[in-house]
Amino acid sequence: MSQSLRPYLNAVRYSLQAALNLSNFSSQDIERHNRPEVEVVNNSAEILLQPMHIARNEHEQVLIETSVNSVRMSIKIKQADEIEQILVYRFTRFLEQRAESFYILRRVPIQGYSISFLITHRHTETMITEKLIDFIIEFMEEVDKEISEIKLFLNARARFVAEAYLGEFVY
Amino acid sequence: MSSISAKFKLVKAPIYSHCFNNERNLLAITCENNCYVYKLNNGQAILAATLADHDKTVTAVDISVHGRIVTCSQDRNAIVWEPLSDGSYKPTLVLLRINRAATCVKWAANGYKFAVGSSARIISVCYYEQDNDWWVSKHIKKPIKSTINTLSWHENGVLLACGGTDGYIRIFSGFVKGLDSKEQVAGCPWGDKFPFGALVGEWYHGAWIHDVKWRSQAEKLAYVAHDSSLNVLDYRGQPKRVDNIDGLPFKALIWIDDHTILCGGYSCHPVLFTEDNSGWKFARNLDKTTSTEKPTSFTGVSGNDQEEEEEHSFGMSALKKFKELDLKGKISAQQERSTHENAITCLFPFSETSRGVSQVSSSGLDGKIVIFNL
Repeated sequence: MSQSLRPYLNAVRYSLQAALNLSNFSSQDIERHNRPEVEVVNNSAEILLQPMHIARNEHEQVLIETSVNSVRMSIKIKQADEIEQILVYRFTRFLEQRAESFYILRRVPIQGYSISFLITHRHTETMITEKLIDFIIEFMEEVDKEISEIKLFLNARARFVAEAYLGEFVY
Repeated sequence: MSSISAKFKLVKAPIYSHCFNNERNLLAITCENNCYVYKLNNGQAILAATLADHDKTVTAVDISVHGRIVTCSQDRNAIVWEPLSDGSYKPTLVLLRINRAATCVKWAANGYKFAVGSSARIISVCYYEQDNDWWVSKHIKKPIKSTINTLSWHENGVLLACGGTDGYIRIFSGFVKGLDSKEQVAGCPWGDKFPFGALVGEWYHGAWIHDVKWRSQAEKLAYVAHDSSLNVLDYRGQPKRVDNIDGLPFKALIWIDDHTILCGGYSCHPVLFTEDNSGWKFARNLDKTTSTEKPTSFTGVSGNDQEEEEEHSFGMSALKKFKELDLKGKISAQQERSTHENAITCLFPFSETSRGVSQVSSSGLDGKIVIFNL
């Protein structure tokens, strides 16, 4: 792991630990509703906390929005060039289409980010919070590796295809 | 561990609140839409009754000195359960007149009235009306601005402290005419006149208040807030503050004696604070795991293992590699965990001696009830 990635992931880990202290909180606005307060238009500002924004550089950022019963965490995955942009889009879309088997994955990322997680009090009550954080950190570690690996495969394949195709014209 | 006297794994869902009766042989817990009552017998908890009239999450339960159980729920109702001679309970709906979830409920010390806090920014003080044969309520509305998270009655049965998500700690008068007498508040240092609903004191803290408890003999009030602080205030002035060294907020607190407070919360183990001449400070952790250091890698291969591995035949290492692939993302060297595996939600004095509380019971989001020795 590179030198600057470690402090970045540590900052995210500690911010998540601070954010993931959720309670079961019934809506103050609508009768008999219990909804993730971070996701709804809210006219009681006191149940939202100040969002935390952690940036390693302009391409890699994390936004953690906290409320009394839910946390929304969005990750901007590194996209150096157009190929990576397409790969990240495809990769996150693949995951998001299977969001229900990931429990905490949000189906649509929020504006400006590649992928979003929505963690509610139900998740922290049924899962061990520490492991939940481990999962997210591990995801962040792995996803960059995954994307660059796919990119290498793609380039290798492109070269092979190009050679095979253009080989026709060699005489 | 020596600090634990008993533990019960009762349910698979979170327990938001629990309560023992006066004789400490009956335990009531909240679990999803129900409230379960257990009989304690030779260190075993046996389910005695299921109180199942609510149709949304039950948020709090309390037992009065007379053995009446009151539950409140996110379905906006509170129910008083009168024990019958055959061990069952007769439910009576309370007219709370609120249109949002009820969040917390507490009997007054004499057991003739109770207070319910709600998301409707209202505290309902409820008492039994003989003429109509039901529980009626009076409202405290002003100046509450947000959900009430917690309530606590002073032992005199009049002063009612509350805290909520608006970050204010407030003391109201819950004086009900015909039920309370002026003698109860004679010589009270917090004020002279206590008409119902009067605001006796107000302090701004700024973070969500999770729990508040009176220490009636010392005329002090302690509360814990989401900024992971424990604060103690008296009628003379500003709250004295001490922070959790773990950095995580507390959900519950309990007075052990006049100079000791036990807190529990998201760090999953109780923490003891004491007061000396210099003020409140951290004393010790109960039931804290020794190894808090996290393993940095999750594949769990230490250097020693690798050396041993080289001595094995080629086939073995291939097998191991294969096994590791299979386990990917699942193992993180089994860490020792505290008795509560999730946040502590509620603390209750289990046994008391003349010097103070000697045993404390706690309930957690992991569905456990644990009794700690102090």
